[in-house]
Amino acid sequence: MKQWAFILLLVLATIVLAGCNILWGSLSIPARSVVQILLGHDDAENPAWRFILVESRVPQMLTALLCGAALSTSGLMLQTLFRNPLAGPSILGIDAGANLGVALVMLLLGGTVTLGSLTMSGYLLVVAAAMLGALAIMLLLLMLSHSLQSKTMLLITGVVISYVTGSIISLLNFSATEEGVHNFVLWGMGTFSNVSLNHLPLYTLCIAAGLLSAMMLAKPLDALLLGEQYAANLGVNIRRTRNGLLLSTGLLTATTTAFCGPISFLGLAVPHIARMWLRTSSHLLLLPGTMLMGASLTLLCNLMSTQFRPGSVLPINVITPLIGAPVILYVILKRSH
Amino acid sequence: MITLRNLSTGYGRHTVMRGINAELRQGELVSLLGPNGVGKSTLLRTLSAFLPPLAGDIRIGDRPLNQLSTRERSRLIGVVLTERTSVQHMTVRNMVGMGRTPYTGFWGGLNDEDRRVVDDAMQQTGIVHLQHRYINTLSDGERQKVMIAKAVAQETPIILLDEPTAFLDYPSKVEMMRMLLRLAHGMQKTIFLSTHDVEMALQLSDRVWLMEEGRIIAGTPRQLAQDGHIAHFVCREGVQFDAQSLTIQLQVNA
Repeated sequence: MKQWAFILLLVLATIVLAGCNILWGSLSIPARSVVQILLGHDDAENPAWRFILVESRVPQMLTALLCGAALSTSGLMLQTLFRNPLAGPSILGIDAGANLGVALVMLLLGGTVTLGSLTMSGYLLVVAAAMLGALAIMLLLLMLSHSLQSKTMLLITGVVISYVTGSIISLLNFSATEEGVHNFVLWGMGTFSNVSLNHLPLYTLCIAAGLLSAMMLAKPLDALLLGEQYAANLGVNIRRTRNGLLLSTGLLTATTTAFCGPISFLGLAVPHIARMWLRTSSHLLLLPGTMLMGASLTLLCNLMSTQFRPGSVLPINVITPLIGAPVILYVILKRSH
Repeated sequence: MITLRNLSTGYGRHTVMRGINAELRQGELVSLLGPNGVGKSTLLRTLSAFLPPLAGDIRIGDRPLNQLSTRERSRLIGVVLTERTSVQHMTVRNMVGMGRTPYTGFWGGLNDEDRRVVDDAMQQTGIVHLQHRYINTLSDGERQKVMIAKAVAQETPIILLDEPTAFLDYPSKVEMMRMLLRLAHGMQKTIFLSTHDVEMALQLSDRVWLMEEGRIIAGTPRQLAQDGHIAHFVCREGVQFDAQSLTIQLQVNA
């Protein structure tokens, strides 16, 4: 099977890029020292290096990897569910919903609490709020799902949702403290450095649950490609499948948004790149392919963000549109018939 | 095979047709004729269980349709819809394989038996040569045949088709109807389709259901022709129906 060879290649690419993310950060540490520190030998000259590697680079690498897999998988499921190649968590406003949930918690409940110093329970609250926001938008979208099959309607709906949530967030900003606003704006730029070692287990657990539930939906997703009526006729329980997709995409989008901020374009673009590569419609291949492609591309974005100018880190949302926008244009131009 | 008793069809509170009594038998090709908007699609959707009956019941054998589980239904009724199915990167073979969904396991993989059924379905519908093509590269006629092959691979005793001959050129229409007739007779399937191609339906169907305002008249094409029902349906000024040859004649006044 040629397609499984592609998957294997993507696994390798992900591993290599994960390694690069450990080796090269915004601060230069010799490769020899990196390997030694990771093997458990302390570097006596620079004790700070150990701290940087264990407390920053490793969690950031894992955060980026999981975030990429999560958003891309969410995008793939949305594209199949709405039968629209332009569907994705950010373009449909699902992350705007999560964003609103986060804003409510950060600006209204704890305007002075910085996200980085939030306790585990505080983070849980942010994730839960993001999840509620994302689910609310998903429910709204499912109610509109019939008209979302048209590309124009989908784009308009997404824009409208983003405007409305944006306006509510502005209102919240208006009444929040300066520090709260500052934190919220920083968070909104998107970063993989917010998830510390302590928060990593919760983050990983949520995303693993989302990815696993996505894999479990592979067969009904295949049937949904033919449309809901054909799928129902083939014995697929539509309501259960929709609920599964709702929870899965909601969990993936909400978790990544709560921890990393709204990351644009990945969810929309990566499934297309995976399809172009794998040349299949089977979700049993597309799902792992998309997860790995998303993981490796996001690792690449993260690497670019730290390597652009030594000593500083670019917000991730500066880089993702550079990959996403061409894919969107390609989809619109190629499949406009 | 399928019995409709006192059936009312419609959407929500809007009744399209009430009091339908009719039956479909095994091994017969039955065409549903009638003017636009009379409720042909609504009836087909109700029979496919996409819409609930508003009153009365539909029985498959001796079991009411709405008491069957989704899974049981998927092994009894296969459908071919009018909408153009467009899926990126799906080969003809994969599409026909989708018909095996009711029988496959959790991950949807096909076993040897499934593959044999898929081969057979492609043979029956004459699309073996297309099997490695992508769906999106096919003509409308080829695509329609693939969807029928999918329904055949589903191995259901009943196949319902909503206007399968629409959008096809004339030779393809005839070929499609002949193929469906062959499936009905050869595989002893109950095939029920809606169509606007009156002459072809009369000449190639075992039975015809003529849907009029408020009622359905069922019978063999010849019965309906001789009783004048077909003439009542098609004849307008300048349009004549010949009950003997089952053809429509147009008069041109130059």
